[in-house]
Amino acid sequence: MSKIMTMCDAVARFVPHGSSVVMGAALESLIPFAAGHEIIRRQVRDLTLIGPISDILFDQLIGAGCVRKVIAAWVGNVSAGLGHNYRRACEQGIPHRLEVIDHSNFTISLSLLAGGLGAPYIPTYSLLGTDILRTNPAFRQSLSPFGGEKILLVPSLQPDVAILHVQRSDENGNAHAWGNLGISEEAALASQRIIIVAEEVVPHQIIVSDPNRVLAPSFKVCAVVREPGGAHPSPVQGYYNRDHEYYHEYHRATRTVEGNAEWMGKWVADVKDRAEYFQKLGRERRQGLQLKEHRYAAPVDYGY
Amino acid sequence: MPRPSIMGTEMDYTPQEIMVAAAAREIRDGEIVFTGMRLPLIAFALAKQMHAPNAVGLFECGLVRDTPAPELLYTMGDPPNIAGALWATRMINMMGLLQRGAVDLGFIGGAELDRFGNLNTSYLGNPESPKTKLPGSGGAADIAGLSRRFVVIMAHEKRRMVERVDYITSPGFGDGQGWRERVGLRHGGPSAIITTRCVFGFESSEAVLRSYHPGQSVASVRAETGWDLRVAEDVHETESPTAEELTIVRRYDPQGFWTR
Repeated sequence: MSKIMTMCDAVARFVPHGSSVVMGAALESLIPFAAGHEIIRRQVRDLTLIGPISDILFDQLIGAGCVRKVIAAWVGNVSAGLGHNYRRACEQGIPHRLEVIDHSNFTISLSLLAGGLGAPYIPTYSLLGTDILRTNPAFRQSLSPFGGEKILLVPSLQPDVAILHVQRSDENGNAHAWGNLGISEEAALASQRIIIVAEEVVPHQIIVSDPNRVLAPSFKVCAVVREPGGAHPSPVQGYYNRDHEYYHEYHRATRTVEGNAEWMGKWVADVKDRAEYFQKLGRERRQGLQLKEHRYAAPVDYGY
Repeated sequence: MPRPSIMGTEMDYTPQEIMVAAAAREIRDGEIVFTGMRLPLIAFALAKQMHAPNAVGLFECGLVRDTPAPELLYTMGDPPNIAGALWATRMINMMGLLQRGAVDLGFIGGAELDRFGNLNTSYLGNPESPKTKLPGSGGAADIAGLSRRFVVIMAHEKRRMVERVDYITSPGFGDGQGWRERVGLRHGGPSAIITTRCVFGFESSEAVLRSYHPGQSVASVRAETGWDLRVAEDVHETESPTAEELTIVRRYDPQGFWTR
């Protein structure tokens, strides 16, 4: 049965108010910006955002007032600096107060790994001695029952939905992703449901020709959205490069509340869909992000 | 191409370029290095081409490389860093290598640093109602806690170099000798701090001024440091980047995005 639907329908059906949502699981690449923008347009409220670093997507959702709580290792603008909306929310309660549950990249990975394993927690030596244990009350310090040494127990997380951008998927959500994966697999397995956003929808035979490249079992996928360019300004290996300047423009534009409202209007609120977004971006700019060359992997033989 | 001068004195390189050169010298040949972001990305490329051809770079997003990326990286997840990688995988595998003790050296940056090498990238002021909310740990707390040693790279300003950080995001030596063992960290700790003005080493878990960059002095470093400065007996001027090192850095970052 095909799970293909529009971004609008996928967000309306599977990202209700109050959801806990993983995005940006691959770190700096494959960030589902198109999905985030649809969430903003639909004015979804009281979300819990879960992710390692998220780049500027979390900052945008926070600035748009969609977020009640952030469970993350880092929120900001990777190549340009601080996230102004995140700062305003934490420092001044603009647009409203935000609950921040601090993690490191390792502990957020362990939380979702535990969630995917169905385990209550996973122990680590990381973060011992840090004040992160003070501002994340969910962690527990303990002693190893085996060696007696100090350990930190990282509780599992099972988010409502993981939104994962991938290179290609079939219409059932059997999806191929390549490049570094960050915590994409952990997020997929820990979450109740997965929304796949794909650059391309391809025949099932292409996916099963290379099962090692499949991200997660498709029976967890609730929606497949075909959205070419849906990760812009983040990069998608083999499809397009990172739009570095866009991050700097965002950084400059969102310095003030008024500037943020203007940016949000121009790039999200007053934009109907991704096609209109790219019209605004301009053909020349989009062409500048195209691959300079193809680098195909050697085929592998699954013969028997 | 003209380059801005360093702190008003006549230099033919920028503070960032001498920092990159100093950071590259912290990498020993054959080491497994957690490369971090920004300047350390360039330091890794420089070390590989100079004295450490067998160093291996780990990127927490899930990448292992034995060659520098073919072009400048703005983030570690940029497509040129993935093409030609030794391994493209999950972040948890990078963190597992770190926790397993396989990583010799990690690089991290900081907004606020104290004389025990503790770093704060989370909250200035009370976390309940912060004066400034900083982005958070990312992987820095993991690198500081779990690598065999780590090196800090940051801008040197008095307001950043404080007696005690408001919040320990990435642990150095806590409140001094024995602290890491006491809290349960099994090895590691900071081995150097490279700033826009100088390089610190560590003695008895405390930062000690090892060298000041050309144009600086013990006095100028002391004036911009918020704790009672300790100075190594053999304190000296930081070695300037060589012409060869500058050529490599500028070939890698021709627009000076990170190094100017």
